[in-house]
Amino acid sequence: MKHRFFIAVALLLSGSVWAIDTGRAFEDDETQARYERIISEVRCVQCQNQTIKDSNVQIASDLRREIRRLLAEGKSDGEVFDFLVARYGEFVLYRPPMSGISLLLWIAPGLFLAIGGLIAVRVVRKRMNMPIDIDADSEAEQVTN
Amino acid sequence: MAKFIAPLIFFALLLGVFLKGLDPERDLKKLPSPFLGKEAPGFDLPRLKNPDERVTSQDYAGDVALVNFWATWCVGCRQEHAFLMELSRETEVPIYGIDWRDQREPALKWLQQLGDPYVASGFDVDSVTGINWGVYGAPETFLIGKEGRVLYKHLGPLNRSIWESEFVPLIAAEEGKQE
Repeated sequence: MKHRFFIAVALLLSGSVWAIDTGRAFEDDETQARYERIISEVRCVQCQNQTIKDSNVQIASDLRREIRRLLAEGKSDGEVFDFLVARYGEFVLYRPPMSGISLLLWIAPGLFLAIGGLIAVRVVRKRMNMPIDIDADSEAEQVTN
Repeated sequence: MAKFIAPLIFFALLLGVFLKGLDPERDLKKLPSPFLGKEAPGFDLPRLKNPDERVTSQDYAGDVALVNFWATWCVGCRQEHAFLMELSRETEVPIYGIDWRDQREPALKWLQQLGDPYVASGFDVDSVTGINWGVYGAPETFLIGKEGRVLYKHLGPLNRSIWESEFVPLIAAEEGKQE
């Protein structure tokens, strides 16, 4: 009985051990840090809510291998991202670039706030200019009375 | 009255966006290929059947061609195989296969048992070609135009209705072009 409990606990805790080629890819710390940053910003195209750092599907490991190869060739981070975007589209980037159609995505909240603000200002201005019709009010009161 | 028109139009637009988002036919897993309308990536691979020889994208240069990524582990590829066999018999368009991330033995057996619809198949064991083509799930079928551009990409098993609605008109238009 006791053993079963321990096995169950061990299985529950083992999730993170299924991680993938987690060993160091590069000797020098700087390239290793760049590598890790890149793979944590690239979406796995097959398992779309994971980064290729977290995914253990084959395509993610293939992409990690290609990224390691590019970095080993001395490519810059930008060149690595360009390589991926050229093949899989901007969808692979977890942080969409601030250009083209996705620029809209970035500015939309501010844009909507501005539009809402403008409408509010207009409405308030309009109401401020309305004549205060006391007679109408008192008439209405009389009617309701 | 006029005061309601602007919000009404805005509401209609929003409704359109939401309806599009809710479309049950829409498959979020299907990503558009960034190569559409652009020059197709090339390949240069050892042949599946004869590893000493190579099959390259130069083999179909100047022609309309299909490039089909397949593998023996892929269920969708088995589904579409019978149709690819029919296609290879009834059209002039050459089908180039890329056996993607597969093993040679079962792949050869597959072609022996189910028939070989391909002019040739390249053997892309480490997915270098697959990545260059932005492939992320077999089967994927690319339609290549005479000038080497990607005219269309289909993700998932090919069948006659997709072939006739998507591929045939594009091929007809491409064949109709002056050389």
